[in-house]
Amino acid sequence: MKQIYMITRRELQSFFDSLIAYIMIVVFLALSGLFTWLYGSDVFFVNQASLQSFFNIAFWTLFFFIPALTMKQIAEERKTGTIEMLLTKPVSEWQVIWGKFFATLILIAVALLLTLPYYITVWSLGPVDHGAVWAGYLGLLLMSSAYISIGLFASSLTNNQIVAFLLALFIGIFFHIIFGFLASNMSGVVASVFSYLSLSSHFGSISRGVIDSKDITYFLSIIFMGIIAAEAIVVKRTVN
Amino acid sequence: MDIDVSEITKTYGQQNAVDNLSFQVKTGEVLGFLGPNGAGKTTTMKAITGYLETNKGDIKVGGFSVNENPGEVKKHIGYLPEQNPLYQDMPVIDYLNFIAGLQGVEKSKIEERVTEMIHVCGLRTEKHKKIRELSKGYKQRVGLAQALIHEPEVLILDEPTTGLDPNQIVEIRELIKRIGREKTVILSSHILAEVEATCDRILIINKGKIVAVGTPEELRRQAQGNEILKVKIGSAGRNEAFEALKLLPSVALVDFAHADGTAFEIQSHEGQNSAKSVFSLCVERGWYLEQLTPVETKLEDIFREVTKN
Repeated sequence: MKQIYMITRRELQSFFDSLIAYIMIVVFLALSGLFTWLYGSDVFFVNQASLQSFFNIAFWTLFFFIPALTMKQIAEERKTGTIEMLLTKPVSEWQVIWGKFFATLILIAVALLLTLPYYITVWSLGPVDHGAVWAGYLGLLLMSSAYISIGLFASSLTNNQIVAFLLALFIGIFFHIIFGFLASNMSGVVASVFSYLSLSSHFGSISRGVIDSKDITYFLSIIFMGIIAAEAIVVKRTVN
Repeated sequence: MDIDVSEITKTYGQQNAVDNLSFQVKTGEVLGFLGPNGAGKTTTMKAITGYLETNKGDIKVGGFSVNENPGEVKKHIGYLPEQNPLYQDMPVIDYLNFIAGLQGVEKSKIEERVTEMIHVCGLRTEKHKKIRELSKGYKQRVGLAQALIHEPEVLILDEPTTGLDPNQIVEIRELIKRIGREKTVILSSHILAEVEATCDRILIINKGKIVAVGTPEELRRQAQGNEILKVKIGSAGRNEAFEALKLLPSVALVDFAHADGTAFEIQSHEGQNSAKSVFSLCVERGWYLEQLTPVETKLEDIFREVTKN
């Protein structure tokens, strides 16, 4: 536990030292602010006191931002050899990967925390379904966790950050839209399988305020599978 | 803490990087690891630190098996990898704090240990700089500082003096020697003089196998076999001296060291020493000796001898 905490702290420090954190937060707030308040199907266009438009845009911005945050986390340690330095200390691969996972999740959580003024503003505009808002935030956190673990897995596969980024997007796009698309174009058991695999359908039901254990299980399974796969690859040491 | 490497084999594809290698290192011993490029030095060191898993065999550090109890082994090892990987964007002091924490140094002692390492490794003026901004020599010092921060019982240094200037090399050698008195040290190097100056015992490997092992003196004796003396005699005829030397009972072979002049190289019979009889000969004939020196086989020669194919 202590080891995970130390890795997390160092990773967070590195995010903030390298300006990645600030850029990520600023761009995220700018984009989500623009689409929530000013452009497209924004709050005023929908004419409802709800954060649904924010959740819809965050759903996409995080999809692109998370691979950018995770891409270097293992790939670069491999490239510079620091992974060897780390793993010859009394730290397990498991702890290293979870440490990195939590660091990225905390950064996302900070970015989401900074959107709380949106919530307060909407609240002042009209009656808000508070349950749905909190559920939406929970959904975003779960979705982020899933993409972080996919991103870490992609980063563990290569020494090249760009490859890691594209790979994470490639895997992510299946969960993000392709499975949903396949589900709506097929029927019967196949459709329900794809519909279950589609991350957006699970996110959709949570962000409407329905927190079902089935959805939570889905997200937790993706998180654990990604981390376990990343760990298995880091343990193997050999990578191209 | 003793290190016991027993019959380890590590294969990369078809190639055996390390082939059934066994050796022991005892507490208070500095072992020098020599070998040509690709001999398996780094692989062996990585296996001892638990970073690489071997295909066969086991390594025990202080009785703990690397395969079964890697966590315990790692606590007692200080390791400086070959490329000296460091987090380039961290300031030296933060980096050392981080490593001290990871190594399990008690929180109350971290500051004290970090300060001490900064002092020992001569990093005081650089401690707030980012590692990226340091020169190669200072980076190497940071690498050494992180290896020593938890006062490890076992120190594994993969080419520790690369990139250092001659003064720093001397300092680091002294440091290694001092540490080596109480602890177990394995160091690899390409610089033979360095190994000779710092190590109690030398292990030369080639193609993953041990080809020579022993103290520097033992290795010399092994490679050299018979004693060779360089003799220069004044006031004697060239051929006269040659004939007289050849007749000495302990002398096996006499050779002219130069095309002209009275310098010779004398090889003794196995296990015999000719210095005394050469001296007596000169006294008897009234010649004076200008030179009588044993020719030492250099470590380079031994190295070349055992690692050539």
